[in-house]
Amino acid sequence: MNLKNFLINLKNKKRLIPQVLTLLSIVLTISYFAFNAQVNMDNRGIAFGFGFLTQEASFDIGFSLIDYDGSRSYARAFLVGLLNTLLVSAIGIFFATLIGVTVGIGRLSSNYLVAKFSEVYVEVFRNIPLLLQLFFWYFAALRALPLPEQAMNFNDISYLTVKGWYVPKFIWTNFSIFIYSVIAAIIAIIFVSKHAKKQREEFGKHIPSFYIGILLLFALPALSFLIGGVNLEFEIPVLKQMSATIFNFRGGVSIIPELMALAMALSMYTATFIAENVRAGILGIGKGQKEAAASIGLTKTQILKLVVLPQALRIIIPPTTNQYLNLTKNSSLAAAIAYPDIVLVFAGTALMQTGRAIEIVSITMGTYLLISLSISSFMNWYNQSVAIKEK
Amino acid sequence: MKLNTLKPNKENLYTYLVLGVSLLAVGFIDIVTNTFLNLNITGFLPVIISFLSPLILGVFGLHFIRIEYSGNKTLDRINKNFNSNNINAILSLIVIFILIKYIPPLLNWLFFEANFLGSTKKDCTGDGACWVFVRVWFNRFMYGMYPDAEQWRINISFIALLVSIGSIFVLPSKFKKYIILFLLFIFPIIALNLISGGIFGLEWIETGAWGGLSLTFIVSAFALIFCFPIGVFLALGRRSDLPAIKYSSIGFIELWRGVPLITVLFMSAVMFPMFLPDGTYMDKLMRVIIAITLFEAAYMAEVVRGGLQALPRGQYDAAKSLGMGYWRMHLLIIMPQALKLVIPGIANTFLALVKDTPLIFVVGLLELAGMIGLAKTNPKWLGMATEGYVFAAFVFWIICFSMSRYSQNLEKKLSTDR
Repeated sequence: MNLKNFLINLKNKKRLIPQVLTLLSIVLTISYFAFNAQVNMDNRGIAFGFGFLTQEASFDIGFSLIDYDGSRSYARAFLVGLLNTLLVSAIGIFFATLIGVTVGIGRLSSNYLVAKFSEVYVEVFRNIPLLLQLFFWYFAALRALPLPEQAMNFNDISYLTVKGWYVPKFIWTNFSIFIYSVIAAIIAIIFVSKHAKKQREEFGKHIPSFYIGILLLFALPALSFLIGGVNLEFEIPVLKQMSATIFNFRGGVSIIPELMALAMALSMYTATFIAENVRAGILGIGKGQKEAAASIGLTKTQILKLVVLPQALRIIIPPTTNQYLNLTKNSSLAAAIAYPDIVLVFAGTALMQTGRAIEIVSITMGTYLLISLSISSFMNWYNQSVAIKEK
Repeated sequence: MKLNTLKPNKENLYTYLVLGVSLLAVGFIDIVTNTFLNLNITGFLPVIISFLSPLILGVFGLHFIRIEYSGNKTLDRINKNFNSNNINAILSLIVIFILIKYIPPLLNWLFFEANFLGSTKKDCTGDGACWVFVRVWFNRFMYGMYPDAEQWRINISFIALLVSIGSIFVLPSKFKKYIILFLLFIFPIIALNLISGGIFGLEWIETGAWGGLSLTFIVSAFALIFCFPIGVFLALGRRSDLPAIKYSSIGFIELWRGVPLITVLFMSAVMFPMFLPDGTYMDKLMRVIIAITLFEAAYMAEVVRGGLQALPRGQYDAAKSLGMGYWRMHLLIIMPQALKLVIPGIANTFLALVKDTPLIFVVGLLELAGMIGLAKTNPKWLGMATEGYVFAAFVFWIICFSMSRYSQNLEKKLSTDR
């Protein structure tokens, strides 16, 4: 070792020591925990492993999107829980966006009443813990719904009762052809809009791609009904007498109150944050931008479509995705009202039955981590692609 | 004289006003009689038109009084704020009608038909809310299962907390530092010992008996005190140029931010005891506070990092050129500015923390929401869920709303924009 290298090493030592200490303490902590866990598990006579996933679960789940019963494996139960989590998150995200955008625009309305109403909505629902809102909807509001025999009737096709919301079931024939037609329509729309953009930029020709797109979206699926052999029938729920005093609906799809309460609480709570994001996004566009657009003769719709929205979306989308992630994570509150999501099914029932705390909690947390990391890495990619390219 | 009904103008101002106002009035009378007297004065019309009649009448009425530059200040103001075009007119009417329809029943339920006095469910005779339930259980909602005779200990702790926070604003700023140090380091120890007891002849009260709103405060206060410094260190770690420290901070932050709090609490309840040496036992409340602290610290770290990134490079360079080292630079130059920038973010994290505390029900600790869940299943008080949750929502709303308003004021006060 020559003198120069030694001096560099000496200089690097100041950088090296804290790093070595950090790593050392992390390794020590983890190995301490792992050692204790090993000892504890040995004492209880359980071995670490994921073999239990293939064992028979032998518990029932009240609400499932896929075939499931007690004879299926724990892995299947996990899948049921995961799908239920994704279902309620998707419903929640849809309605949260709908309410959030409406309220966010409402807060900027020139109409005093609408602006105030939206503000009150945001301030009320943002400042009450989500769990309390969930309890309120589930234990108070939805419990006040009528019994099946006095169900709220929507045109004789759908019934709202204390036991759930009964809606017609779709019975498809040749469903896959319908899906293919929708996919074909979407691909066609992409081509049309690309073509329209090219025409506009190169020749200045205007092609009404929006209307063509809407036409395609309806025409292709309609064609699949006419010539593709696709057929759709509805199974309408019917009130049946179970015994002298007990009535219930048979047929159709039952949306259980747990799902309704959870979707309502999640969407109404998250909507307040989305509303604030939308408001901040629109307010973030400088007045100069709108005036400049107006001065080159754009109409009001054009200003909104071409100038305000593209810039506002760049501000709105990143925090809103964050809210979508929060909503997905908050859907784990399902455990509080016994909606069979991944936490209740897996970290609740399955854990009680197997006693495998470390494996099950790690799988549950790992699943959420995977969802979060994949969405956030997608968002990072998206943000980079829409970022203003400065010269 | 010709009336242009499509575009009302100033010339026939009063004709239009009388026409518009009377149409509006008929619309309002329709909805009011419908709501309060159960009388449908437009019942002779088809159902759908009868249902929409107040709206239709109102829109026409508002259309007639929409007169630009009428010269009447009140009218101009109404037109500008509620009636600038037909869509705004419809929206205004819908909002007003919703208020007329739903506010009186709500007020009736909350106050006029509610029962406040009494001691059992039988005292609730009205159609409205049964606030007797909240009255009877109030002590439990506030203190959980904490013995009645010892509740003065919790009260004294909170009064001391409020007094010392209040004195920050009253006393001259030179004492401020000491009070904050006292609050951060000495007060938690005193309060913890006072509430749990076991020393100085105070009766020992196990944490399982703690509960209600006071537990909400205890959990959030301790998590708040600890999560802030951890968050600051994690943020510095994430921006460090030492790879090992940087990547372990990133890993730590992303791990906690990627999972829901409820699974973290599950972990603290069922998984963490497996990691401790056999035979050792860590208090449930302590485990919960550690879990919440680590969880919120990750969020705090991201907020602080936002502030650090927003500072211009010149601040770092200037501090270094004065010969300051890493810690001196961050303590004296960087942190004061960075933290000021992220006050709203910090406040939001604290708010989120307070709103997250009800989740501790998963490990069996009952704060306010949990106590209501317990009370509503009491056989003597079945069917009181609505009252309980409305009360809890109100309490939490007051706390969170005042916190958010305070942070907005603080932000304004501390802003040093020139």
